[in-house]
Amino acid sequence: MLANQIGYYSLILGLLVSFLVCGVSIKDFNNKNKSVNQNVLILSLLQLNFVIVSFLSLIISFVNSDFSNETVFNNSHTTKPLFYKISGTWGNHEGSLLLWLLVLTLFIFLFLIKSKNQPKKYRILTLLFQQIIIIGFFLFVLMTSNPFNYLFPVPNEGLGLNPILQDPALAIHPPILYLGYVGTSIIFSSSLAAVTQNYVSKDWGQHIKKWVLVSWTFLTVGIMLGSIWAYYELGWGGFWFWDPVENVSLMPWLTLTALLHCIIVLDKRTALSSWVVILSITTFTLSMCGTFLVRSGILNSVHTFANDPTRGIFILVFLFILIFLSLGIFFLFHKENNKNLNSFFWLSRETSILVNNWFMMYFLSVVLIGTVYPIFLDVLSAEKISVGPPFYQKLIVPFLVPFLLFMALGPKLKWIKSKIEKKISLLVFFIISVVLTLIILKNININLPFYTTLISAAFFLFFMTLKDLFVQKYNNNSQAIAHFGFSLFILAILFNSILSSEIITNIKIGEKYKYNKSEIFFEKIVEKKESNYNSIVGYFKITDENGKITLLNPELRVYNQPIIITSEADIKTSLLDDKFLVMNLVKGDEYFNIRYQIKPFMIWIWISVLLFSFGGLISIFKK
Amino acid sequence: MKNKLSLIILFIFLIFCFIIFYKGLNNSNIYTPKTSGEKNIPIFKAKDFNSNILIDSEKIFKKNDYYIVNIWASWCVPCRNEHPLLMELSKIKSVKLIGLNYKDNSNNAKNFISELGNPYSQILIDKDGILAVEFGAYGVPETFIIGKNKKIIKKFLGPINQKIFDEIKLIIK
Repeated sequence: MLANQIGYYSLILGLLVSFLVCGVSIKDFNNKNKSVNQNVLILSLLQLNFVIVSFLSLIISFVNSDFSNETVFNNSHTTKPLFYKISGTWGNHEGSLLLWLLVLTLFIFLFLIKSKNQPKKYRILTLLFQQIIIIGFFLFVLMTSNPFNYLFPVPNEGLGLNPILQDPALAIHPPILYLGYVGTSIIFSSSLAAVTQNYVSKDWGQHIKKWVLVSWTFLTVGIMLGSIWAYYELGWGGFWFWDPVENVSLMPWLTLTALLHCIIVLDKRTALSSWVVILSITTFTLSMCGTFLVRSGILNSVHTFANDPTRGIFILVFLFILIFLSLGIFFLFHKENNKNLNSFFWLSRETSILVNNWFMMYFLSVVLIGTVYPIFLDVLSAEKISVGPPFYQKLIVPFLVPFLLFMALGPKLKWIKSKIEKKISLLVFFIISVVLTLIILKNININLPFYTTLISAAFFLFFMTLKDLFVQKYNNNSQAIAHFGFSLFILAILFNSILSSEIITNIKIGEKYKYNKSEIFFEKIVEKKESNYNSIVGYFKITDENGKITLLNPELRVYNQPIIITSEADIKTSLLDDKFLVMNLVKGDEYFNIRYQIKPFMIWIWISVLLFSFGGLISIFKK
Repeated sequence: MKNKLSLIILFIFLIFCFIIFYKGLNNSNIYTPKTSGEKNIPIFKAKDFNSNILIDSEKIFKKNDYYIVNIWASWCVPCRNEHPLLMELSKIKSVKLIGLNYKDNSNNAKNFISELGNPYSQILIDKDGILAVEFGAYGVPETFIIGKNKKIIKKFLGPINQKIFDEIKLIIK
């Protein structure tokens, strides 16, 4: 009750502080003082605190199961474990928008503290642009998605949290993802500020690089957590579905990755400056666009919480205001810096980074078209289609070969004019990769020229970066780790998709199912009771061709609030492979339908993603 | 000048995107597949259940006859329930029942038929379930009525009950 009121009024106060911050900083803008007025900093801190208070009071309402709050009523239940009561706070539309606000205000405050050495006008403008976004979101929350709506009479019990959202990976997925996703707002604001102040320079590059790296690292880990959740919870055996919502998180990731590489060039010399600005604007625009696509309900997906057109219109209008604002500023203020363009040599590192960017833009356009094309088609011709994995695979996978090769060779080209040195070692590595690939493919009886080239390219990158990591006194460790991680990632995915095997069958309790020297034995089922669900646990004993025994216990859960049956896969993970078993009830029958999958190198997909985000992390702390 | 032109084009493009998204908001995003009115029966080759010989679909379905295609499997419990009604249907002379044995083990299927009787004038094997998909089936059991024009005129999801039974009788009368 009380928490509800406090949360609501804190939000309104936060909005009022926004206007105050704008007023004070505009007044300060033309002041002759060298540093930003101390009041601006205090007000920003105050605003951050209001949002924190508001967020905490929503958490308290969830923990106390205060069903007089509509959001709590819709998304929680008394029997839920405490952990999921808390994570339920951001597992819904209203709460997740509050999280948006929290990250927005947190980042601008951190920015103000961390940018003390930057020009004053640039700092103030960044703050102003960020406040425009913040005000937009305050209004959005208060007008269309108030998390503190009051219900009377107070219901006795809530509607419960969707069981597929009751998962540890998913509980921390939104906050981590948002730190990356919303974190791009700072890059957006500061690049606009830098353009107006004609400050897109080496200094700015060095300063904004940290922010790009922070966003990128969080976004990478956030996407990975979502993917882990899909793999463990959805019981389908895959980790990436090319679902529109996955795509909208991938799109800013692609531009952010391109930006990350461009910034390095800007950091050393001021070439590519307009490209950096365009990428900064695009990244945040894509984040906003993603929010629009997901939150408006224009796309149908697991993340679509509410289908409310008024919300959609609000974000849509706001999104386009931001786009026009940023384009206007870009075209009015931006001055192309032509000084360094002439020294561009085709074998320079700048070129290799440009090539990286072309690839990123290509991947981005594939994903973008695949995601929004169905909407366009629906509106223009009333035809409903959905774009599936084959589209993305056909358009992306072939381009990975040159991409991987460039990734291996690019960093080797010295800073501007470079001779290709040590050609022999390159050649040796290349031959090793090809031979190794041929040997492996021969052993697993796959003979496709396409796989050979792709895997060879991945191995080539693998060995090149491995050499950088251990052999040379190479000083760009973060880059070597990230690229090494990426080669591992591609290898893991490739071998995973080539070597996966699957058995689907119907089986009774006590029955054995035999297939090429292996055996699946369905021993028994046991019933289990938990506070928020009842479950049936199946006991399976699987003997593989070498006589090795694996015990797997998949579950069927019947959640009480809301009543939903979910099927929990049991997965035994080892360094070599994942054994994945999921069972389903065949309606009105003693038979269970089981799906048993062996997925090689599954864990390496996660490890490699962690590796490349670790590369980003090192880069953040590097001087 | 060139810069201005590209600015205008960009502007128009963005406005266009805005309109599309705006319109898209009001469209429902719930996708329901169209139930095809009258769809041609697929052309296929399938193995016969008893003789294991490949048969052309052209030879099974002839013009000016009614056919009922029933998709079934020995592991499917509702199939067991609808079986007596299928036996009833097989007594009607003006229609032929074609069974589509879906993703089944042939021994189990044979036991099933010998235990409950054979209502079908012909049974086709659909080991990997592709034929069923071509007919437009979602699962087992499903029943399709094929009219005199060799088109699917009606389909029933799930087991046949008395109500459906009467409806079928009405159609083929």
